[in-house]
Amino acid sequence: MGWTRKILRVDLSSGKITTEPLNMDWAMQYLGQRGLATKYFTEEVDANVDPLGPENKIIYATGPLTGTMASTGGRYSVITKGALTNAIACSNSGGYFGAEMKFAGWDMVIVEGRSEKPVYLSIIDDKVELLDASEIWGTSVWNTDAWIKTKHQDPQTRVATIGVAAENGVLYAAVVNDLHRAAGRSGVGTVMGSKNLKAIAIRGTGGVKVKDGRAFMKATTAAKKVLVDNAVTGEGLPMYGTQVLMNVINEAGALPTRNSRDVQFEGAHDISAEAMAAPRGSDGETNLQTNQACFGSTIACGRISKIDTKHFSVQNKPEYWHASGGLEYEAAWALGSNTGVDDLEALTYANFICNEQGLDPISFGATVSAAMELYEDGVISTENTGGIELKFGSAEALTKCVELTGLGEGFGKELGMGSARLTAKYGRPELSMTCKSQEFPAYDPRGIQGMGLTYATSNRGGCHLRSYTVSSEILGIPEKTDPLSTDGKPALVKAFQDATAAVDSAGLCVFTTFAWTLDDIAPQVDAGCEGDWTPEKLLETGERIWNMERMFNHRAGFTAEDDKLPERLMKDAAKTGPAKGLTAGVEKMLPEYYELRGWTPDGVPTNETLSRLAL
Amino acid sequence: MLKALDIDPGKCTSCKQCEMACSYENEGEFNVSKSRIRVFDFHTEARFVPYTCTQCAEAWCQQACPVNAITTDHMGVKIVHSNICVGCKVCTIACPFGTINYNASTGKVIKCDLCGGEPACADACPTGAITFSDVEQAGYDKMKQWATATASPTDVSGPNTPVKQ
Repeated sequence: MGWTRKILRVDLSSGKITTEPLNMDWAMQYLGQRGLATKYFTEEVDANVDPLGPENKIIYATGPLTGTMASTGGRYSVITKGALTNAIACSNSGGYFGAEMKFAGWDMVIVEGRSEKPVYLSIIDDKVELLDASEIWGTSVWNTDAWIKTKHQDPQTRVATIGVAAENGVLYAAVVNDLHRAAGRSGVGTVMGSKNLKAIAIRGTGGVKVKDGRAFMKATTAAKKVLVDNAVTGEGLPMYGTQVLMNVINEAGALPTRNSRDVQFEGAHDISAEAMAAPRGSDGETNLQTNQACFGSTIACGRISKIDTKHFSVQNKPEYWHASGGLEYEAAWALGSNTGVDDLEALTYANFICNEQGLDPISFGATVSAAMELYEDGVISTENTGGIELKFGSAEALTKCVELTGLGEGFGKELGMGSARLTAKYGRPELSMTCKSQEFPAYDPRGIQGMGLTYATSNRGGCHLRSYTVSSEILGIPEKTDPLSTDGKPALVKAFQDATAAVDSAGLCVFTTFAWTLDDIAPQVDAGCEGDWTPEKLLETGERIWNMERMFNHRAGFTAEDDKLPERLMKDAAKTGPAKGLTAGVEKMLPEYYELRGWTPDGVPTNETLSRLAL
Repeated sequence: MLKALDIDPGKCTSCKQCEMACSYENEGEFNVSKSRIRVFDFHTEARFVPYTCTQCAEAWCQQACPVNAITTDHMGVKIVHSNICVGCKVCTIACPFGTINYNASTGKVIKCDLCGGEPACADACPTGAITFSDVEQAGYDKMKQWATATASPTDVSGPNTPVKQ
C-alpha cells in the first residue's frame, strides 16, 4: 500500500530487463524516493566510480505518496553520482511523470550499464522495452516529447528526457519531464546521456492503493485545508509563484548580484513576479499567462509564460511564441540579477532554452556570471568568447550564451563545464560561487546566515532545497530567526535537513513545508503506508538518510575541507542593505553543527551515530 | 432543483485532484485512467480544461443502448446499470462527446453519475473550477461578469424615473 512494491531494473549494456520486489525492510527505514533510492544506490555502487562511466547507475524513484490524492503527491527523483559534483546526487521533479510511473506499477526504475547505441525506455504498464532512439538523438526535449507521443499514438504518454546539452557533455544537464519540469541539478541529465539513454516514456493504467482509505482521505483533506489557509501556500505561491521572493530577498539584502559582488540588484523589480503579471510597455500583454499545478498539487505555483513576439530574442522564431514554463525565482535570479540582466523577456527566453535543451538554469546562469567577471577582469576576451561581449547586464550576451551552451558550440563548450572548472581553467578559481563544484542559488549567505551553513553542508553541493532556512530567517516559518545572526543556526539547519529528507522521500513537494510540519505530514504517510509513521519516526528517517548520503560522500573522498564557502563570501563584506558590513559566518557554525550531528570535529559521522541510526 | 456540474476552465490548474477523487470514489483506488472526468492540457495555449458527461436531456448513449442498461434518475442523471450492460460499446459510438467509455477490466462501460448527488470531483477541486450547482442558473455568474463589462461607473446618473409615453 502506497508502494507498488515492484522495481524495474534495466541493464543497458546487455539490454536485459528484470523486475524485483521492493525491499520492504529498507522501505520501513528509508521510506521511498530520495531515501530509499539512495539506499539502493549506495549499496550497489562504489563511491569512487566515474560518474560518466558504465559502472555508475541512475535511479528514477517515486515516493509512497506519489500518485495519490495527498496534495503535491506527484514527485519523483533522479538519484546517481553527480557529473558536476562527483558527490551523491538527487534531483527532484514535479510535473506528471512521477505519478505515471506509479500508475504503470513501479516504485522505481534502476538503470545500469551503458547502451552501445542511443535508446529510449518505453514502459506501458508491465510491457517494458528498450527502443531505438537514433531519430531523436541530437534533438531537443520538446521534439523528443512530441516524437514519442506521435510514435506511440498516445498523447497520454509521459516523457522524461535529456536534451542536446546532456548529449554534448554539459556537466549540469538536466532530466526534463512534461516539457518544462526538471530534475535539474548536479548533472543527472549528463549521467543519463553518458549511458546513451535518451528518454523514458511511461503510460500507466493501474491504480495506487493506500493502507486505510478513510483515514487517508481524512488526513489529506485536513492537510489541504492547512495549505489553503496559509498565506504563502494559499495565496503567495499560486498568485506569484516562487518569484514572490524576488523583491523580498532583494530588500533583505541577500540577492546575489553580478557573481555575488553585490547583494542587491537595482533591476530586481523589473524581473519580479509583479513585473511578470504587469502589462508590457511593448505590446500591452502580460508575460505571465496562468499558473499550472504539478500532479496533485493544490498549491499550483508553476508559471506559464509567453515571450513578447517582438523581443529581439524571438524575432522571426515563431517556435518560441507559444506559452511554456515561465520563470521561477531561482531561474530568474540566476539568469537575471546574477548576470545583471534586467530584461524579463530575455530571461524568459533563456529559461525556455534551458528547458528545451535540458540545462540547469541555476548552474548555467551562475557560470555565465562567473565568465562575465572573467571577461570584465580582462582574463578572457572576445577571442575566447567567439566575439561575444560578455559584460554584466548584457541580455544579448546571455541569450547567445544559452543557445551556444545548449548546442555545445563555441564558447558554450566552456560554459558547459560549470563555473568551478571554467574559473580554474583560467586561473581564477575564487570567482566560482560553488560548494562541492555546484553553483549555489539565489540567497546570499551574508544576508541569510543559515543559508551559508546550508550550502556548505549540502550533500549534493551548493543547494537551497536541502534546508530552506529562508523560511525561518526571512518568512518567519515556523518561527522567525534573525537572518543576520549565526546563533542557533546549526540546530535550525540540522532540523530542516532531516525534515526535508523525509518530505522528499514521501513523494511530496518541499514547498508544502511553508505550511506543513511533520505533524501534518505524518498522518498522511501513516494512513497511506504500512508501518507506524509518527513525526518522530519521519525525523529519524530523515536523519538516517542525511548520514547515509554523507557517508557516501566521505567514501568518495569528500572531507570537512569541502564544507567551505567561496572566499568572497567569507572575506568581502556585503556593501549595501541590512547585511552591510557582514560576511558569511559559516566557520563559526560548522563545529557546533558537526557536534549536533554526532560527527567528529572533522565532519565524519562517529560509529556511535551510525549505529544509533542503524547504518 | 436540477443540479449539474458547472465547469469553469479559466480556474483550472491541471492538478488532477478531480481525476483522483473520481477514481477513488468509483474504483476504490487512485487511478486517473479510470476517471470519469478528465483534464485536458492545451500546453502551448496555457489552457487547462476539465471535461465530463453533461447528462444530456435526450441522451444518445441511452437511446443507442440495445439492452436498456442506461436509465434516467429523478435528477436527470444517466446511469449505467452494470448488471444489464453487455459491453457492446454502441453507446461509446453514439455519444458525440466521448464521455462514456469502455472499461476493459470489467467488460462494462463507465460514465459520470454525479456520485449519487455529491460529486467527488467538485468536492476535491481546490480552485472552484468544478462546482455543482442549479442547472437552470449555470450561466448566472457568466452573465453577471459580462453585465459588469457593459456598465461603466459613468452610467450612474442618479435616481431614474419612468419614461412618459
